[in-house]
Amino acid sequence: MNEKSKFLKNREKLSRHHTKSFSKLSRDRKDLAAHKAMRALAICVSILVPVFILVLFLRARPILATHNISTLLFSTTWRPNQGSFGFFPFIMGTLWVTMVAMIISVPLSLLTAIYLAEYTRPKVRAFIMPLIDLLAGIPSVVYGIWGVLTVVPFIQKVVMPSADRWLGFSPLFQTSNPTGYGVLAGGIVLAVMVFPIIIAVSEEVIRTVPLGLREASWSVGASRWQTIRRIVLRRAFPGVIAAVMLGFSRAFGETMAVLMVVGNVVQIPHSIFDAAYPLTALIANNYGEMMSIPLYDAALLGAALILLLVVLTFNIGSRLVLARISYS
Amino acid sequence: MLIKQKLEESFFKILMVISTIFVLGSLLLILGTVLWRGLPALDLAMLTQAPQGGYYLGKEGGILNAILGSLCLAGGATIVAVILSLPIALYLQLYPVPHFTKNWIRLSLDILWGTPSIVYGAIGFTLMIYLGMRASLLGGIIVLSLLELPIMVRGMEEAVSMVPKALLESSYSLGATRFETAFKVVVRQTLPGLITAILLAFGRGIGDAASVLFTAGYTDNLPTSLLRPVASLPLAVFFQLGTPFPAVQDRAYAAALVLIVLVLGLSITSRLLSTRFTKNIIR
Amino acid sequence: MSQALPLNTHSSPHLRIQDLNVWYETNHALRGIYAEIPTFGITAIIGPSGCGKTTLLRSLNRLLEEGEGIRVKGQVWLNEVDIYDRVMDLNELRTRVGLLAPKPYPLPLSIYENVAYGRRIHGLDVLDKGNGRNLDRKVEHYLRTAGLWEEVKDRLKAPASALSTGQQQRLCLARALAVEPEILLCDEPTSALDPISAQGIEEQLITLKENTTIVIVTHLLRQASRMADYVIFLWMGELVECGPAKELFKNPKDSRTQAYLMGKIG
Ligand SMILES: Nc1ncnc2c1ncn2[C@@H]1O[C@H](COP(=O)(O)OP(=O)(O)O)[C@@H](O)[C@H]1O
Ligand SMILES: [Mg+2]
Repeated sequence: MNEKSKFLKNREKLSRHHTKSFSKLSRDRKDLAAHKAMRALAICVSILVPVFILVLFLRARPILATHNISTLLFSTTWRPNQGSFGFFPFIMGTLWVTMVAMIISVPLSLLTAIYLAEYTRPKVRAFIMPLIDLLAGIPSVVYGIWGVLTVVPFIQKVVMPSADRWLGFSPLFQTSNPTGYGVLAGGIVLAVMVFPIIIAVSEEVIRTVPLGLREASWSVGASRWQTIRRIVLRRAFPGVIAAVMLGFSRAFGETMAVLMVVGNVVQIPHSIFDAAYPLTALIANNYGEMMSIPLYDAALLGAALILLLVVLTFNIGSRLVLARISYS
Repeated sequence: MLIKQKLEESFFKILMVISTIFVLGSLLLILGTVLWRGLPALDLAMLTQAPQGGYYLGKEGGILNAILGSLCLAGGATIVAVILSLPIALYLQLYPVPHFTKNWIRLSLDILWGTPSIVYGAIGFTLMIYLGMRASLLGGIIVLSLLELPIMVRGMEEAVSMVPKALLESSYSLGATRFETAFKVVVRQTLPGLITAILLAFGRGIGDAASVLFTAGYTDNLPTSLLRPVASLPLAVFFQLGTPFPAVQDRAYAAALVLIVLVLGLSITSRLLSTRFTKNIIR
Repeated sequence: MSQALPLNTHSSPHLRIQDLNVWYETNHALRGIYAEIPTFGITAIIGPSGCGKTTLLRSLNRLLEEGEGIRVKGQVWLNEVDIYDRVMDLNELRTRVGLLAPKPYPLPLSIYENVAYGRRIHGLDVLDKGNGRNLDRKVEHYLRTAGLWEEVKDRLKAPASALSTGQQQRLCLARALAVEPEILLCDEPTSALDPISAQGIEEQLITLKENTTIVIVTHLLRQASRMADYVIFLWMGELVECGPAKELFKNPKDSRTQAYLMGKIG
């Protein structure tokens, strides 16, 4: 990188010299102006996220000023008409759905990623990876439609009866909500939505583990699987965690697909079949309406702020890990 | 010992194959479901008419408003995004940007990429209220263009990074300035890659619902003005599914089918356009 | 096609290579190699860059075929068993025929665990544990054999990546030795090292040759003449000449060998 920028600097000097010697000063000036404009543009774009945070913070300030933060976060009462804005049910809704999604998605994605990176031939991989990319390109309302048409009936007709028969003793599987719309439906839809993220990132991370390391392990007689488990995955561990964090932040912030299948009942879910009301659904369903209720829209933007900060934390964390990996 | 190891390896290999089948199967299942439920509901009227009176009760009409609206939204946003992204991508790739600045810009773009679209929507709407704007095509275009920006910059950077050094050098040595080299030589050289990036971003823009929910609004009319609300396909799917009438819900499936054909068509076209495009997530 | 010369008669060959051919896609990289590698001592494979030395070496523990698009035909007999036979267990083969790569690749483990790795893989650590702190003693033994013990004995728990390149290469040697291979393949083992570390490795290998068969690939003629008891000379994928080191260096028979040794080609 250093070499490159040094080279480019030299180039620049040379080309300046060149243009000057032909006394084309106007072109030179135009070049410089363009350079400055491009830099300004890039820097503007790069401060967008801090600006987002600032805007949300400013607009949420009325509610932060009148309500204790811990009340906002941990109160379970959500009665905007009476001025009670407890986000806890929504936060729990988001966490439940996201956790269920990750529990389903992480093992399946990682196994697929390991398979693609370690066991398939390049030709097969070149066939499968684009298909997984297609999964990433499907719009979230289509996932939502799929959830409504396939996942919800499946849960209602197949999963709930059998869970009732085999796992009914655990409160995790008991519910008074017979519709199928709920945490599990949201979790399954989200799980499929984050497949491509976790798979693509962790597959790439696993493949960046140097071949020499694998060969070193094979050369003392370790099998392929032993090498993967003890060496490759250990080496790829930070990157795999980063991949999972990326998936988590995607699931955490997903709106439309979840909204269509979680049931949207303001309550703290206690079972995977209970309906939930995630933060994103709260914003999507209510923002822009009922603006007459005092503080209501400040509360919703506060919810957006919480969402953004959580997603940001996970995103930055994983990006920093991935950047470190690609430099080492 | 040996047998235990072999068993362990076979066990995990089977799990891996099952997982892979599961992942690919979910893709098939999604496409299959939408096709199976959407195709019967799809007819020519749906594609060529705007909703008539009583459309939401299952009477005649179509989703032309949403199709055209989505094309206008995503098309406009893509144009804005190209205007913003191309200079940024060329700047990052061809100019002597200090190391720290470059990393900072890339990290910011990555984070922008990860920002939930509902947050874009909420912020966009807040700013629009502040500026006294109504939900409109323009508002939707602006928010969507920010959503598309990081994807486009990433794709364009990738394309530009494949330009051979020698080409740049020969351009410089012929006396072309960096600016001329970037916008004439490099852009022409990398056109397929740039178009790939543009199509990908367009695909993401056309499929996004949460960001246009507040900013573009919804209407039964065809798009006419930048300052009027505009319909979009994802929201057409969403709203029609929300009605209690099965006939209208069927149309939601048909709309979803139209949407997915558009998006996958774009994705496949862009892939065919540049066979050398590799999605490099780590940087 | 060159035929291996009979060896010094008192040692039967440890490896017998018979009509070995290797293709990378369509590139016929090794052409009908016949050679014998004597038991114990150091056999050096020499030749100019790209002549197939690495290819030949890596075909001896079948690490070669892990790559894509590589085809191998022929036989390599290890103690009267063809390692290319279908019943050959690859993991067992690679336990018996170890490899030291040109560049050290310490495993992402501690120094101690790097050496213990192979023993744990093969369940030898269970036996070791049965005798008190036997695994510790084994690790110490192999670190001593590799000449690294004194430098690392106080920080066995430290990550191996913290060592210098020269130390890492000796650690890799200790790791390879810890599973008690009968043959050790070394691919330009000193090419990434400074001269002092390189000398260290050479000395360890020379000590080891008393009870291990060592095959070393090198493009350094002087290294070969310092270390080798037996030499194989490859030229563009073909075996041109092989024989005891003294003889081959003094009286090369083939004109290409002569030219190569005199520095006229390669
Ligand atoms: N992975 C590979 N893919 C394709 N060709 C290869 C590969 N490795 C080596 N070759 C080719 O095989 C020949 C022998 O290579 P190699 O055994 O590495 O030579 P040496 O070790 O003597 O320098 C060379 O022509 C080289 O180009
Ligand atoms: Mg070599």
